[in-house]
Amino acid sequence: MGQTLAQKVYEEHVVRRTEGEPDLLYIDLHLVHEVTSPQAFDGLRAAGRSVRRPDLTMATEDHNVPTLDILSPIADPVSRAQVDALRRNTGEFGIRLAPMGDRDQGIVHVIGPQLGLTQPGTTIVCGDSHTSTHGAFGALAFGIGTSEVEHVLATQTLPQYPAKQMSVTVDGELPPGVSAKDVILAVIAEIGTGGGQGHVIEYRGSAIEALSMEARMTICNMSIEAGARAGLIAPDRTTFDYLVGRPHAPQGADWDAAVAHWSTLRTDDDAVFDREVRIDAASLTPYVTWGTNPGQGLPIGAAVPDPAQIVDENERKAAEQALEYMGLTAGTPLREIDVDTVFLGSCTNGRIEDLRVAAALLEGKKVDAGTRMLVVPGSVAVKLQAEAEGLDRVFVDAGAEWRGAGCSMCLGMNPDQLAPGERSASTSNRNFQGRQGKGGRTHLVSPAVAAATALTGKLTAPADLETAGA
Amino acid sequence: MDAFTTHTGTAAPLRRSNVDTDQIIPAEYLKRITRTGFEDGLFVAWRRNEPDFVLNQPQYVNASILVAGPDFGTGSSREHANWALLDGGFRVVISSRFADIFRNNSTKAGLLTVVLPEADVEALWAAIEADPALPVTVDLQTEQVTYGSTTVPFVIDPYTRWRLLEGLDDVGLTERHLDDITAFESRRPAWKPASLPVR
Repeated sequence: MGQTLAQKVYEEHVVRRTEGEPDLLYIDLHLVHEVTSPQAFDGLRAAGRSVRRPDLTMATEDHNVPTLDILSPIADPVSRAQVDALRRNTGEFGIRLAPMGDRDQGIVHVIGPQLGLTQPGTTIVCGDSHTSTHGAFGALAFGIGTSEVEHVLATQTLPQYPAKQMSVTVDGELPPGVSAKDVILAVIAEIGTGGGQGHVIEYRGSAIEALSMEARMTICNMSIEAGARAGLIAPDRTTFDYLVGRPHAPQGADWDAAVAHWSTLRTDDDAVFDREVRIDAASLTPYVTWGTNPGQGLPIGAAVPDPAQIVDENERKAAEQALEYMGLTAGTPLREIDVDTVFLGSCTNGRIEDLRVAAALLEGKKVDAGTRMLVVPGSVAVKLQAEAEGLDRVFVDAGAEWRGAGCSMCLGMNPDQLAPGERSASTSNRNFQGRQGKGGRTHLVSPAVAAATALTGKLTAPADLETAGA
Repeated sequence: MDAFTTHTGTAAPLRRSNVDTDQIIPAEYLKRITRTGFEDGLFVAWRRNEPDFVLNQPQYVNASILVAGPDFGTGSSREHANWALLDGGFRVVISSRFADIFRNNSTKAGLLTVVLPEADVEALWAAIEADPALPVTVDLQTEQVTYGSTTVPFVIDPYTRWRLLEGLDDVGLTERHLDDITAFESRRPAWKPASLPVR
């Protein structure tokens, strides 16, 4: 029987296999940030251990960092102490750090790819569930907890069991205005937040192959929202073209050897998946979430669902609780929902292509007077690129706020938060209760829907702007 | 990590599905750099905003077993969620489905996660709602949950069970195989990525 792409990558990294024990898996790249690492470094110190491979480890500051006034000390003393701890720890253990103000700083899942550290066929971990993002390159990449961060720092390995295999095949052509974000929101709505539990998802099919690397990262990023720790896409010419010439990509003869190997990283024709899901790209429209988990999403043309119509008892209760928290009434067309704040950014949609799509819709127009729009590039490099292209002027002229790089309002660990009752359209990945600020209400959307929504103040698809002549 | 053999305590019924890690402990509590002291953040939004939330009810305040709806622990990889449950006095969480990372983190932190079929969770909910003082025993040695006259078996992979029973530290176990790791490293291709030297 053949192997899937994920199985091939996994098998190449098995250090030790013994009956009755988990495999010991080698980790090619360990990404570190300030939130999930301090206790791991404390553990190393307490046991007198060192970091086995500082050269396979990279740290940055992203979750806590302010997006305004970034060269001053962080005002929040608790956030500042955590960032300071990362600086001390990386200094003590010899780990490279991209701190605030550094040109390589940014969201950990944005900087790995842009530096060329994220490569096909590698194993990548980080104390962050959105590590699945790196699967876009054909890497086996997944989030881990702090105990496992300590384990990887000490040994560069992790005890693991092989995952079950799921394929999500998206064939056909995406309609105009429909993006990778809509694809993954549709997938999660279809299989549910637990649908991928225990599985690695491979995204395949003609619609996936046609996507850029940025779009592929958006899809793999939200694998965890479908319950799968990892999601990946077979590397191809698009992947190699993205990587070539990046600072840490292989060079010269190494590049040729790497590409020769990367080209073998495809699921065999006779490989068997434990579960297969098929989606027709042409049938998709922009998706938005109405509830408080990412599986509670619908096409934007739909209405807020009526919990009474939901057969499954758990889902019905979840829907009732969600509508109460979200302040929504069953039957309300999603397009009639007023939005206070639009957030464009995050490891899901904070890359240059996302900013370009939004800027194209905002150019020469004004953000709705009752709506605030925050644009937060995913990294310093994305910010500089956007400024070189003049996108910052487009956003500022439209009345949006142009900020520094970081996780920002995706989870509100910095001052960028929703007020209680405030409603957002957000290009991030989680609409959990209070995620963007206590009592805040989140609708997950694509960058195009975010920009269109900013212009009208209501959940809006880009195509609606043409119909309305806006 | 503390060893886990068997635990008897009272149980709290959390009749909610998709309890995500942002509900277990919100991000603002993750700024701390300690490994303990997270009990004040445990389910804090529900404890503050919902007077009838199960952990606000006096009969469940001292529960040490949490019985939750499906898909418990979805979302972020924060092990702080597991620490907060432990700090809040819980030794066991029972659900019909757990998110992968949460479940994995539990095995490292010494919090036992028990998967029971949905019907068994329903029956347990009914029993602890009828009698909140009902002692519930979760025995990892026999792999059984017992309450009143009911005994329900559960399954856990033997290796994880052994580690929990012995309270063993994973890093120490892996360090027995450093020769294998070194041998593997000597076979890695030269073109694999490295963060150092800075380029």
